[in-house]
Amino acid sequence: MAAQFDLKNDGVVVIIGSGAGGGTLGNELAQKGIDVVILEAGARHEYEDFVNDEWDSFAQLAWKDKRATSGDWRVAKDFPNLPAWIVKSVGGSTTHWAGASLRFQEHEFKTLSTYGKVKGANLVDWPVTLAEMEPYYAKAEAKMGVTGTNNWPRLPGNNNFKVLKAGADKLGYKECHTGNMAINSVERDDRNSCQQTGFCFQGCKWAAKWSTLYTEIPKGEATGHLEVRPNSMVIKINHDASGKVTGVVYADKDGKLQEQKARIVAVAGNSIESPRLLLNSESSKFPHGLANSSGQVGKNYMRHTTGSVYAIFDKPVHMYRGTTMAGIIRDEARHDPSRGFVGGYEMETLSLGLPFMAAFLNPGGWGRSFTTALDHYDHMAGLWIVGEDMPREENRITLHKDEKDEHGMPIADVHFDDHANDTAMRDHAYKQGQALYAAVGATRTFPTPPYPSTHNLGTNRMSEKPADGVVNKHGQAHDIKNLFVSDGSQFTTGGAENPTLTIVSLAIRQADYIAAQMSAKSI
Amino acid sequence: MVTIYERKQPQERKLGLSRRELLKRGGAGALLIISGSAVISPEHAWGLETSALKPETMATLIQVARDIYPHDQVPDKYYAIAVKGHDETAAKDPAHKELIEKGIADLDKKAGEGGYRGLGWEEQRVALLKEIEKTPFFQAVRGGLVVSLYNQKEVWPIFGYEGESYSKGGYIARGFNDIEWL
Repeated sequence: MAAQFDLKNDGVVVIIGSGAGGGTLGNELAQKGIDVVILEAGARHEYEDFVNDEWDSFAQLAWKDKRATSGDWRVAKDFPNLPAWIVKSVGGSTTHWAGASLRFQEHEFKTLSTYGKVKGANLVDWPVTLAEMEPYYAKAEAKMGVTGTNNWPRLPGNNNFKVLKAGADKLGYKECHTGNMAINSVERDDRNSCQQTGFCFQGCKWAAKWSTLYTEIPKGEATGHLEVRPNSMVIKINHDASGKVTGVVYADKDGKLQEQKARIVAVAGNSIESPRLLLNSESSKFPHGLANSSGQVGKNYMRHTTGSVYAIFDKPVHMYRGTTMAGIIRDEARHDPSRGFVGGYEMETLSLGLPFMAAFLNPGGWGRSFTTALDHYDHMAGLWIVGEDMPREENRITLHKDEKDEHGMPIADVHFDDHANDTAMRDHAYKQGQALYAAVGATRTFPTPPYPSTHNLGTNRMSEKPADGVVNKHGQAHDIKNLFVSDGSQFTTGGAENPTLTIVSLAIRQADYIAAQMSAKSI
Repeated sequence: MVTIYERKQPQERKLGLSRRELLKRGGAGALLIISGSAVISPEHAWGLETSALKPETMATLIQVARDIYPHDQVPDKYYAIAVKGHDETAAKDPAHKELIEKGIADLDKKAGEGGYRGLGWEEQRVALLKEIEKTPFFQAVRGGLVVSLYNQKEVWPIFGYEGESYSKGGYIARGFNDIEWL
């Protein structure tokens, strides 16, 4: 049965956020008998409540609270108050994610050593190696039911995949398959197998796709050591005179401020909210925000180098049928500077329904050039580009100077300028994507600009040296030993891979570390 | 209240209009007529009543909507539904009413005698829209349309989009991998 803890209970671990990082950490700790309170800003919608409708689902799940944007990225112009397409609901963005579960490549943990210094980029190596991460990757894959691992078959390819595969073969790509997906290809873990419904981004109504909402969270609750408190928006982390954190202040479902005491606080609100909270927790002892003696909180915001390529054919495709992202080409994910950029990118199948295609194909576009594309919606195929982008100090989350939210907390300003490496990579990927579809007979192709960011990374990054980042190799703040970061904001660099598997693996690893530190009474 | 209503009777007879009068009254593009506070499509038997905006304004707005997102296979009715929200907003917000009325009046003025709807070619009308592309009026109309036009479930089949699929058991037995031409 789900636990209920007193606000004054200062023995609990408080986790802020219930997504891939927070939800996983909560369950892992609860399984070890550690008492956990997860404070989630959003409401609790179970998977039966999800809707197969893009705008209705967006209204149900998305984080729609106002944010500001700046910088030269096109999102700032097209979606000035929606820099990210992430979730405010129990389960966080694991309700919305597509399921792609890829391990980082070895060199992606050592970018500075591998790429060398890149002008205008703030590269450092991770304080963790692939070898150290491998056992945790294996645990995460087993937990999440990742296809192509543990003898689970890969998903069958849908129409969109078949077009991608035909193009990949024509271009001579070797590594093209339906991916490593945290989507059940067979019934397991008391959950359905994939029914090829589409609408993966709208929450899986079959619960075939892994989400903390209906895996980690109920399992944690069943131990009696986990309480999930929805509609609880944390606005400040408190600390004592010694600098140790002591609890968090949050607005409850009625907007009333409450304080939950804590032995340990773990921040997992995604890479915009997590630094926002640390910055907003400034005090006379920590005038620049918590865990920010390095000045790195909020900096090095990464969002992956993305973009899409859609193509029209003279015959029908119906790309929206079936699993949205079960299709990948990995050949370009390698590091090969002869292409004119460092790092690499993945190409993954993607489709949007008609309403979102109209909104995202060419935001602001109108007239026949735009509408004749949509006229052939059912003849379209599509892929998404996801590649490593460069961390830059200037790309950062800051607290807005004037605008505040309903609780009086300054809204986040998300600043992003593309690095020349990002642009070179995106242009290369557009060219390859367009060539791929042309090889299968596309009559028209569309290099489609990035959507509001789904992969938000790096704003509280891990570093060996405290001066270079915010947290150590366990996600523990360099400055405050009972404060942790448990989401993608701890990523030192972004890799080319969809980040969720790495977030989950880090959370499993972090739970072991926290439990060990607690029994050693060092925190 | 703005209502879109289907007409059982052919509109010509009901209004006592001859076919020739209709043609005289109609705009250059779609054949829309104004009667009282309503925009009526006699050919397709539907009407739209306005409450805040002038019906002439609404008729022009429908044409503007089509010129912004022209889909020749999509009937006017769906463009009318897509812009009717401006009448509802105008009823509550005088500033919005002025934005739309002035925006349309400006287009009519730019078009010269016969107004915006009197311009015979889409290219002529689009040239005027290009001139005002950066204005708050155009941005308000285009920005609203991208949701209000394409989020109508009734237009989805016209584009070959099937919408909700969970209740039908997904596509596992309904063609998720039925492509044959590769």
